[in-house]
Amino acid sequence: MLIKSIFGGKSEMTEAGSKKCPVVLMTRIRLARNIADTPFPGWAKETRRKEVLETCLPSVASLSQMKRGISAEISSLSDLERQILVERHLISRELSSNAESAGVVISKDQSISVMINEEDHLRIQVIKSGYRFKSTWNVIDAIDTALEEQLDFAFSSKLGYLTACPTNVGTGMRASTMMHLPALVISSQMEKVVRAVNQLGIAVRGLFGEGSDASGSIFQISNQTTLGESEEEIVKRLSSVLRTIIDQEMNAREKILEKDPNKLFDKIGRAYGILQNSHLLTSSECMNLASLVRFGVDLEMFPEKTRNIVDRMFIECQPGHVQYHAGDEIESNARDEFRAEYMRKQFENVARPLFNIHETSAEDDTPKPDPEQEAE
Amino acid sequence: MAKPLKCDVCSEPATVHLTQIINNQIHKIDLCENCAEQKGITDPSGYSLADLLVKPESQTAPEVAALSCPECGCTQREFKKTGRLGCATCYDTFANLVSPALLNMHKGDSHRGKVPQRALERATYVDRLGTLEDGLKEAISSERYEDAARMRDEIVELKKAMEAAALEESK
Repeated sequence: MLIKSIFGGKSEMTEAGSKKCPVVLMTRIRLARNIADTPFPGWAKETRRKEVLETCLPSVASLSQMKRGISAEISSLSDLERQILVERHLISRELSSNAESAGVVISKDQSISVMINEEDHLRIQVIKSGYRFKSTWNVIDAIDTALEEQLDFAFSSKLGYLTACPTNVGTGMRASTMMHLPALVISSQMEKVVRAVNQLGIAVRGLFGEGSDASGSIFQISNQTTLGESEEEIVKRLSSVLRTIIDQEMNAREKILEKDPNKLFDKIGRAYGILQNSHLLTSSECMNLASLVRFGVDLEMFPEKTRNIVDRMFIECQPGHVQYHAGDEIESNARDEFRAEYMRKQFENVARPLFNIHETSAEDDTPKPDPEQEAE
Repeated sequence: MAKPLKCDVCSEPATVHLTQIINNQIHKIDLCENCAEQKGITDPSGYSLADLLVKPESQTAPEVAALSCPECGCTQREFKKTGRLGCATCYDTFANLVSPALLNMHKGDSHRGKVPQRALERATYVDRLGTLEDGLKEAISSERYEDAARMRDEIVELKKAMEAAALEESK
């Protein structure tokens, strides 16, 4: 039942694509909040955790933003359901594996999710497609304020919102964008970028957060510090770094097209060939192929509508989603077979790439100087 | 020849010299072989000077290592192991350990962001109550009975206001 409603509606993530900003796939903000006078989830006894769940779950579910959403205790979900939620970034791996007295509330459009009894009592998250910190903040700020009407948050005037891990204390905010950086990866500049960015207190992770690899050339880039600056200052600092990364990626794209276009066309052409004809595909190969096709869409080698197929692929080639579509829990080999078949179908009607692209197309796609001004 | 350095922990001649740069500041430490081994510096799998800079305190005062939070029972050892605190009060209990660490990991040591209005009101009440109660004790001990009476009345008023606010919240 849960899975059906998840797949039924459109989601910010899979309908994300916009030509205005080819690099930023989505924007995400999360806030960590704890209930006053109650031990943090990791240290609390089971009875206290249960109390928190029983207080918070109805409070969160009653928010107007959560109307007709999904509200569930994690322990009541099957392994496959949990995995699908993780793959859609709606719950964390940590919550999925510490399911006792843990819960989640997800809004109907899947843009808002609130985890209960993860590392902190509440982890509120808002996801929006594209590069939209301002509107994402407005949504999460309103939810936080509405929750504060019902719940007492642990707060100190000196240290701000108190969190289980001191790395989150203060604003309790982690703002991030999911970025597609194929040219920086192809030209082996990513390591350099990560190092430079880390020194500015900005973290770079793979698609699924801490410890995940960066298959598909997708990186999650977020603030590392939460204390000593306001939410606005943090986002401003992060944005200026993101701006630089976008510029670097665009420069790298131009340079590749200038220096060795055939090498790139070969990669993209092969990716298209494999997606149309392969019979065995692992999820990480699939991610990398999707990444190349998306790059091709940015270069106008494929029609714009292909972008949606590709952005859906990033999520739907994950093991949980493949098993859902297959209608059964299947082994990894069978998954690779099924995934290949699914992708052949998806790409059946995608026209072959055009290799005579006009020279300025990489530049045409460059987003406007102030990304916050972008049309919603 | 320069005088051999002494171990920073036990004053034996130092043979291990460690330099680390944390936050653009150079930290140097000199240790004898025994102490170095104890601290795991010879362990090539990595190790942070920050840990060591905090540790000497717990070496000399074992009761600090056994410090536990009066509110939730979380111990300093537990915090060091997991990196997570047990409850909000732990921030006070382990302030000696947490505060310097906060400066290292963040852009400052005080909050400048969003403030939950209701929690703040509550905090102001509690602050004011504490000040009044201290004042009352002080007035009584210095036999300023008029001041004491005034403060006693204020405390009663404040407690009423707090109860009213709490009632309002629970509605």
